Amino acid sequence: MVLNVIPIFMLVMYLSLKSLSKELLLDMYYKMVLLRRFEERVVELYRAGEIPGIAHGYVGQEGVAVGVCSALRKDDYILSTHRGHGHSLAKGIDPRHLMAELYGKKSGVCKGIGGSMHSTEPEVGVIFSSAIVGGNIPIAVGVALAFKMRGEDRVAVSFFGDGATNTGAFHEALNLASVWKLPIVFVCENNFYAISMHISKSVSAKEIVDRAVSYNMPGIVVDGNDVVAVYEATLKSVERARRGEGPTLIEARTYRWLDHGMYYLGKYRSDEEFMMWKQRCPIKVLKERLIGEGISTESELSRLESKAVHDVDEAVRFARESEEPDLEFVKHFVYVR
Amino acid sequence: MAVREITYAEALREALREEMLRDDRVFLMGEDIGLIGGVFKVTQGLYEEFGRERVRDTPISETAIVGAAIGAAIAGMRPIAEIMYMDFLMCAGDQVINHLPKIRYMSGGKLKVPAVIRTQYGLYRYAAAQHSQFYPAFLMNIPGVYVEVPSTPYDAKGLLKSAIRDENPDIFIECAALYRLRGPVPAEEYTIPLGQADVKKEGSDVTVFAVSYMVHIALSAAKKLEGEGISIEVVDPRTLNPFDKKTLVESIKKTGRLVVIEPDHKTAGVGAEVIAIAMEEALDYLKAPAVRLAAEDIPPPFSPKAYNAFLPNEEKLISTVKTLVKSGKQLYK
Repeated sequence: MVLNVIPIFMLVMYLSLKSLSKELLLDMYYKMVLLRRFEERVVELYRAGEIPGIAHGYVGQEGVAVGVCSALRKDDYILSTHRGHGHSLAKGIDPRHLMAELYGKKSGVCKGIGGSMHSTEPEVGVIFSSAIVGGNIPIAVGVALAFKMRGEDRVAVSFFGDGATNTGAFHEALNLASVWKLPIVFVCENNFYAISMHISKSVSAKEIVDRAVSYNMPGIVVDGNDVVAVYEATLKSVERARRGEGPTLIEARTYRWLDHGMYYLGKYRSDEEFMMWKQRCPIKVLKERLIGEGISTESELSRLESKAVHDVDEAVRFARESEEPDLEFVKHFVYVR
Repeated sequence: MAVREITYAEALREALREEMLRDDRVFLMGEDIGLIGGVFKVTQGLYEEFGRERVRDTPISETAIVGAAIGAAIAGMRPIAEIMYMDFLMCAGDQVINHLPKIRYMSGGKLKVPAVIRTQYGLYRYAAAQHSQFYPAFLMNIPGVYVEVPSTPYDAKGLLKSAIRDENPDIFIECAALYRLRGPVPAEEYTIPLGQADVKKEGSDVTVFAVSYMVHIALSAAKKLEGEGISIEVVDPRTLNPFDKKTLVESIKKTGRLVVIEPDHKTAGVGAEVIAIAMEEALDYLKAPAVRLAAEDIPPPFSPKAYNAFLPNEEKLISTVKTLVKSGKQLYK
């Protein structure tokens, strides 16, 4: 079932890391590890009953968020999803503020009003996160429209999953973005499953990327577990958007290591498939290349790994010590008055 | 102050034009609003004046229209999106309900969504159940979005200008049956604050709380009732959110009787909320039970005879007011 993916991975250009700065590569490595350690801690704290509500883990998909966001400027806006912790951190939200939000604290990125699925921090370019599948895509089109109407060279990026490509919102948004030639990149994180529904049973197109053809925009398939490939594909799409040539659909193939949410929902994936993807861990892939191509060393990378653990510890400490909002406090944020 | 007589549609057009001249961030988008000036001609001439970048014809994609308006608004623009018929608003239901009213709140107040969604409902157009709906009460049940229901050219212009300038999202509900109605509108600049009901006619015996088009039915009934010695006070809410409880309660204190006349369905309609407010805040002043005159609880029929009977009308209002004044509680026998 998943083997049909392999030939497409082979098609991805195997770029030498040497064309990229060491600073960028190490930053991508640190961020992927940060995302991983953050999510692992979230699962732990959630199961311990410390984090309330619902949350969706990003473990396994780090290459996509970090690859895409590394190719963006701070003033480019991303729109994220219910599975958005990775996007938030990759675009630069302070892990302390994200963790505090998961705890429902006033010091959280949405003052404890939004929770796990609605990160917003315009200062770093996270404009909005929607928990309705497909919901952010038309809004991203409007963000890109604002950029274009003001003559700015900023770009909007809409993240969504394979499931969202079956919504009407996806269709209306991609069509409109193409008709109006808007500066936007649509990033489909294809992790093959919408909760339990495999794309082979839900997507009529042969490949998700084929859908780009009907919107008359370029479609790029990329190995989502190769952060450098994601970075290159995004850079190309973003440059095209900045030149005023319109939108691109990127299909980044990856895999979610956790279940849809924090609980086990049943067996819908084979162990074999799971193991194959774990072998292709995006962090491991980059680490092997960094060391293999002599760009970095085991000890240099382990220092970054320790920093990530420290930053997550710090985030948890900050969240625990923060204050909860009360009903009177949250009432202030419904209207501008 | 120079006052001219212009139509409701012209008043709306003036509001759009003046705000577009005043603020570069204001732009329009919707189906057929540009090249042909809209199917109801509200935006006529604006495409020629402002160009296709600021008066944007869109595909038939309500979700993308409302979604893009939200996106442009959070990114600093002042979009005004038009949804041709209120019936089509629910094609964009997810954006209207789950996004438009929620984004500011969920972002912890970091974002503002200063978008206006203009739409209209087709009263007396005999267009059957998918081109005749008016469901404002449902929007009153969604905190986070303002709802305007102007009944006159004056209110249409003043409220639309306020809605455009306001930092909150608005669903601005026009009535197609009013587009050609003429009325006095000052030539000078003015706005109407959101959340202020208007007493369209003062009276002492019965408060008639009239929504949108029904204001005109109430005013006409008021003249006839005056000849019979009954004085009604006509209260037009103008905006349903924010809702002006004070004007409603003050009027009930004065008259002691309340009739709500509304072109939406009776069950869980605007009147249900208005009467609940009256019970909570003015029960001691009521001399008789409050009454609702609303559209029947059936989808709008096509055939004109049935359709006309489906809506509340002047005759029903007059007889209800008379009964209420004469016999009060007997209404319910």
